[in-house]
Amino acid sequence: MSGDVRRAMALLHKDLLTERRSKASFNAMAFFAAMVLFIFSFALGPDSPNMTAGEGQTLLQYLWPGLLWVAIFFTGVLALGRSFQVEMESGGMEALRIYPGDKKAVFAGKLAANLVTLAAMELILIPVSAILYNIDLWTKIPALMGIMFMGSLGFAAVGTFYAALTANLRARDVMLPVLVFPVLVPIVVAAVKATTLIVRGDPMGEMWTWIRIMLLIDIVLLTVCTLTFEFAIED
Amino acid sequence: MGNVIIFMAVAVLTVVVIGYTLALAKKPAEAAKRGAVIAGVVAAVLIVLGLYLGLVWAPTERMMGDSYRIMYIHFPSWVGTAAGYLVAFIASIAYLRTRDQGYDYVAASAAEIGLLFNATGLVTGALWGRPTWGVYWTWDPRLTTTAIMAITFAGYLVLRAFIEDPEARARVSSLVAIVGFVNVPIVYFSVRWWRTLHQVQSSPETVDSPMVWALRTMMVAFLFLFLYLLISRYMLARIRGEEELEAVRLEVASE
Repeated sequence: MSGDVRRAMALLHKDLLTERRSKASFNAMAFFAAMVLFIFSFALGPDSPNMTAGEGQTLLQYLWPGLLWVAIFFTGVLALGRSFQVEMESGGMEALRIYPGDKKAVFAGKLAANLVTLAAMELILIPVSAILYNIDLWTKIPALMGIMFMGSLGFAAVGTFYAALTANLRARDVMLPVLVFPVLVPIVVAAVKATTLIVRGDPMGEMWTWIRIMLLIDIVLLTVCTLTFEFAIED
Repeated sequence: MGNVIIFMAVAVLTVVVIGYTLALAKKPAEAAKRGAVIAGVVAAVLIVLGLYLGLVWAPTERMMGDSYRIMYIHFPSWVGTAAGYLVAFIASIAYLRTRDQGYDYVAASAAEIGLLFNATGLVTGALWGRPTWGVYWTWDPRLTTTAIMAITFAGYLVLRAFIEDPEARARVSSLVAIVGFVNVPIVYFSVRWWRTLHQVQSSPETVDSPMVWALRTMMVAFLFLFLYLLISRYMLARIRGEEELEAVRLEVASE
């Protein structure tokens, strides 16, 4: 067991080190995310004060939870698609396959690396979007972080799993979103709903229900992906 | 009491049909062809009978008029959809356990036939929804779930087209089928918290008995139609698969 944990940590360390040195995917992601935020405001703006959705809210403020998650998913799927690229290009897939111990450790390591990447992106995306769309988040940060983590965990689990499946596919860049997004629907529903409740308040006390739904989704997806991952990286 | 017996009979029939489709992987071609002929004849007879019962014999519905009669296609389509995806799911697990290409052929065929019925169900549902609810589409849990199912298994079929190596294709696509199938109930329950408009399934007590009998006939008919289509599609998949393996063998031999 401890051996598997060590292996997962080694993989995480390797991935983060590669990313820190090249910064390739992170830079691309940050710019893409910023671009998505701008595109939303062009598509839904101009944000004039007389155009409101609900009391004292502009259209962009009203839609912010949904837009934020769409930006996260679109940007994230690009990053997750690259999670096995370093291995594919250098022939490291073979090494991952003949790695001793359980293949679940490989999955855990890759998942952790992807989670860190997603978290780094969200740390930029949330404040920037909150400033651009003029949303006051200061008091809501702890709750928001919890929801972000749960949503990202399910997303990263499915994304890592499908990234391994599609790693050596010709049409990888098309197939990954096509396969991932249908599975993400429950997470989209739950995460957007929970984020909305955080931003707009929770008069009906629905928050706990959505948190439980998200936990359930995360557990199911993590279990299925972990158990079948060894088949996903076979050759 | 009568209803319980009918329910049990339908359940047993469903299990037999699904079991038969999974056994296809081990069956010789002759037996499979014979099965296809029998299933096809039974399906044709039952569809003719069911359409007669549904379109002529059953009375006009009080609220919806004659437009309700589309349900004799709409509901049975979901029987075919459920059977197709369930068979694809089980056959995918069987493939990963046994690595027998036969199960991959069954899974791929079942997914394709399931998608066909799924599309039929969505289209007839939209056509029925317009006169009854006033809209073609609504974001009801069942509608949304079936649409997501269609996208999932369409993705499955697209993915298969992109992988040339038969073994890699079988392995990768069976994983997609498993995750996609497990996801279906999660989609359903997460979307269920949205506003719901869909009519609760009518239990036989709330429906006039000629309608019930017409519907039951059509459901069984579609189960056999599913079986007929599946066996035919499976035979095609098997011929193509063997051709593919033969090509690989020749390539290896010529090297």
